[in-house]
Amino acid sequence: MSEASPVKAYALHLGVVGLLFVLSFLLPEYYHGLLARIMVLAVFAMGYNMLFGYVGLLSLGHAMFFAAGLYGAGLAVIQLGWSVPAAFAAGLACGVVVSLVIGLLALRTTGVAFMIVTMMFAQVFYLLILYFATWTGGDQGMVVPQPARVLSFGATSLELTNPTVRYMTALALFSIVLLVTLAIVRSRYGRVLVAIRENEERTKMLGYDTFSNKLAAVVISGIICAASGAAYALLFGYVGSSFASVQYSILPLLWVLLGGAATTLGPLIGTLFMYYVIDITSGYTSAYLLIVGIALILLVLFFPKGILGSIRQRWLGWLP
Amino acid sequence: MMPLLTTKGLSRDFGGLRAVDSVDFSLMPGEIRAVIGPNGAGKTTFVSLVSGRIQPSSGMIVFDGTDITTQPACVRVRRGIAYTFQITSVFANLSAYDNVALPVQRTLSDGRSKGAVRAGVMSALERTGLADRAHMPAGQLSYGHQRLLEVAMGLALKPRLLILDEPTQGLADSEIDNFISLVRDIAKNATVLLIEHNMPVVMQLADRITVFNAGKILAEGTPEAIRDNAAVQEAYLGTAP
Repeated sequence: MSEASPVKAYALHLGVVGLLFVLSFLLPEYYHGLLARIMVLAVFAMGYNMLFGYVGLLSLGHAMFFAAGLYGAGLAVIQLGWSVPAAFAAGLACGVVVSLVIGLLALRTTGVAFMIVTMMFAQVFYLLILYFATWTGGDQGMVVPQPARVLSFGATSLELTNPTVRYMTALALFSIVLLVTLAIVRSRYGRVLVAIRENEERTKMLGYDTFSNKLAAVVISGIICAASGAAYALLFGYVGSSFASVQYSILPLLWVLLGGAATTLGPLIGTLFMYYVIDITSGYTSAYLLIVGIALILLVLFFPKGILGSIRQRWLGWLP
Repeated sequence: MMPLLTTKGLSRDFGGLRAVDSVDFSLMPGEIRAVIGPNGAGKTTFVSLVSGRIQPSSGMIVFDGTDITTQPACVRVRRGIAYTFQITSVFANLSAYDNVALPVQRTLSDGRSKGAVRAGVMSALERTGLADRAHMPAGQLSYGHQRLLEVAMGLALKPRLLILDEPTQGLADSEIDNFISLVRDIAKNATVLLIEHNMPVVMQLADRITVFNAGKILAEGTPEAIRDNAAVQEAYLGTAP
């Protein structure tokens, strides 16, 4: 984990970032847009993986952290007329507040109770969005107007609606979060998180306050998911209540399981894989979810640790 | 001299069973104290109360002049009480190195330097003879080595009071000799509270012995005094030697 080949690990991650950069110039228009969306959602999956993969806490309520960023940023632009950077910061701030409060309450439970408590809070969050339809647009959602989605630096301004700008912004966010998660999981704090996942009682008896370590992990996870939500609102211009529904709590779990829990690149692989399987199969049949389901079952049967998790187990032990 | 650890009227009930029954106990700094007694005498419950893994039903615990009765386990560990588990409880999926790095990195005061963690870990592994197995997953070590890894983790906490709960259980005779010298080495800088069934180990190591029976202290004294104590002989050591 911590000792083995830091150079290899960082080289691999920078290589992935470089590859995504080059792909921007090679991909046809449709896939270019799709990949930008996948990178933003992979950030969501990375935030989920932080808690699920490394601390072993299975939450079924992460849609509320994504939605906190989505609505925090979206409402700041639409209702308050804030600029893009200020709105993004507002999204992050909402993520911090929501995850801190939920963490303080939900971490009093563990295991199945933690799953149910997080799911219930997320459901409350979802219903609140529908209830305050005057401001949130209810189940219709809201569109972030195109003229507002501009990043200005003095005289120059970048329109986030431009596909290349959008792709590069998504890539920048993805790269920052990827390198931050890599640094966290390789740090001493990362070692403590894994220890809590493996044996919380023992970790306590080594003098660690496991509650505050877990709370910090919930907040880090919440910030990353909120960053993804805020970026989604600003880059793709749609703020909708469906993103707060239970489906968006389960999707990051699936992406992470597919790609490999507790691997830094797993969330990207899982998100990418799932999107492409849906994309390809829906071209052939309207029953594409059936094929997706079969693919998932096969993966769980033959690669229970996910794609990267299995690769790490069999061939590349040094993968972070 | 002030005792390092004192308990007054310490009790713990499990349902109708009084596992530890108003125990008054004190331990001087620098001592190696053995706690013996038959199965179910309350030895492990007693040290669990001291380390904070379970809460007492009544009574108080004073460590180094401070009342720690209501403090959570992690705070007690930071004060210097380290507990090694009776049932081996290493992190099986982490390497031996990472197992020891966890306590080392927490006790380090100089925070950042990577070399300090490495040096601390390797010194604890060398003292327990596990240095050449640093990168093996702990779960793949032999049982005896896992027990030693437990001790290494306890050592790495730089404790003032190290509680060893049946450390020689499952060790081979050759490993036991090394273990005895290891505990003597540890006792140079720490007080040791040892729960042990192996009588030769107890007789060689302990400065004083406390005998538990049915949740109470039956006798306490030097190894010789305990050996010659008629009640103890009759109940626990069988016929006189």
